Amino acid sequence: MNDIMIDVQGLRKQYGAFVAVADVSFHVRRGEIFGLLGPNGAGKTSALECLEGIRRPDAGRLRVAGIDPTRQAGKLRQVIGVQLQAAGLPESITPDEAMALFCRYHAIAPRYDLLDRFGLTAKRHTQFHQLSTGQQRRLALALAIAHEPAVLFLDEPTAGLDVHSRAELHGVMGELRQQGTTIILATHDMAEAEALADRVAILLNGRLAAIGAPLELTAAGNGLTKVSVHTRDGLLLATQSPIPAVTQQTVKEQYAIYFSHNIGQTVAALIAHVTDRGDELIDLRVERPSLEDRFLELTNERP
Amino acid sequence: MHAFTAHFAFEFRTGIRNKNLLLLNYLFPLGFYLMMGLIMTGINPLFQDTILPAMSLFAVLAATLLGLPDPLVNARESGIFRSYKINGVPAASILAIPALTTALHLAVVMAIICLTAPLLFEAPTPQNWGAFLLVFVVATFTCASWGVLIGVVSPSTRMTVLYAQAVFLPSMLIGGLMLPYSMLPEAAAAFAQLLPATHAMNAFNGLAMGAGADFSPWGSLVVLLLSGLLALGLAGYLFSWDSRNTERRGHPLLALLVLAPFIVGLLMF
Repeated sequence: MNDIMIDVQGLRKQYGAFVAVADVSFHVRRGEIFGLLGPNGAGKTSALECLEGIRRPDAGRLRVAGIDPTRQAGKLRQVIGVQLQAAGLPESITPDEAMALFCRYHAIAPRYDLLDRFGLTAKRHTQFHQLSTGQQRRLALALAIAHEPAVLFLDEPTAGLDVHSRAELHGVMGELRQQGTTIILATHDMAEAEALADRVAILLNGRLAAIGAPLELTAAGNGLTKVSVHTRDGLLLATQSPIPAVTQQTVKEQYAIYFSHNIGQTVAALIAHVTDRGDELIDLRVERPSLEDRFLELTNERP
Repeated sequence: MHAFTAHFAFEFRTGIRNKNLLLLNYLFPLGFYLMMGLIMTGINPLFQDTILPAMSLFAVLAATLLGLPDPLVNARESGIFRSYKINGVPAASILAIPALTTALHLAVVMAIICLTAPLLFEAPTPQNWGAFLLVFVVATFTCASWGVLIGVVSPSTRMTVLYAQAVFLPSMLIGGLMLPYSMLPEAAAAFAQLLPATHAMNAFNGLAMGAGADFSPWGSLVVLLLSGLLALGLAGYLFSWDSRNTERRGHPLLALLVLAPFIVGLLMF
């Protein structure tokens, strides 16, 4: 788990006067799912395209599985798989034809088994434009992993998918990670990144604003943990109780809601407060700050 | 199956499966051929003599100039080229395969015209079939190269229509398909010599149909060949994988160099 599969040092990419990516450095280990987050125009796609060999960086040192994407394009194609944000397939191509075509260019036998695995058996001879968004995404993923790449780039893989299709794709990503595939996941979906990624990097205005495990990032923020309490007699609803470590207190429907910077102290005090006064705890929920909260905090900090 | 063969097979099927391409490769040329055969042979008896080369050339112009560029522009704009690049599809295949499959469709259309025109319209057959096929192949190569070049340099589908029509319409009007070159006024005749259609008809008439050329038919063939080669080279040179065009190696106006052999021809013939 310690070998570095992707190494980015001082990456810079600009289009004319516009600097899309400025001095970005990070690395990704083998078998990691690495989330690349950022608002629109943050530089995610430009950074990915430089790693994928689609664009030439203006500065910096890039290595993908030890390969320089700018100088060793042929070798790079053998070790990476890419699911682009846009489908990138001709309208009239069928899944069967696409699989045959791409596998031939990778000099391998067509992996029709992947079409079956991704639930496209019945659609193997349907033209691409007649597939649903979910089927198009699944086909794109099947094509991206057909040659069993060591590194997989996924650009907004679940955008526009329904809940079931998202869950299916998340399952596939999990399986690929188990098999040792390194995955770079560019997404707007914070919940997805938090659930799947081992580490995430947040890009803002082309610069790296934060990097680390989702838990580390959320812990590093100023966010408060939310505690919602529902009791039988509504003891907590009536008065503003003095609970330690609580900075804000409010009421919503049957729940008293507290925002705490020390969750241990607050929960212990709440339970004691309720039981000492003869009330009974019906429900207690703790919600720590999410990656989305941290993301919003960071984006609000920087204009 | 080799990657190139698989790609070629897919593109060939697309030429029939895609309604626009089916229209431009088959329905439009063959429909126009039937209509012109029925109408023009009555109005202008001379047209009967050139119906085979003229309608074969019309098919070439429609499929290559109107049919070839747009799918290339669409593929570039919709990220298909990027996807191809990532998966190792070479630029040469992206440019050559649509041109080759179009040529194959055109061979079918030309065969239909050659087989039916003598029966339906009592059209004379070529005196030299070998020369007819040679001119057809060279004209197809040149026009297909021009079509690919238009697809490469055109920034959008809207501009593609303009560029393609800028060649197609004058070719139809003064390229020798409807009216003989010899009937054109001097200025129009000079302008016509800048068009592949004029040289193709001149070569057809002089080398294959035995109708007499207006200027050197072999010269026309050389001009066509040189322009086709230039267009192909420029298409490769100016090709870009995506719409941002940040890595294009030259200005799109370089594409006008394909006219150079025609200008030289104009001065020589």
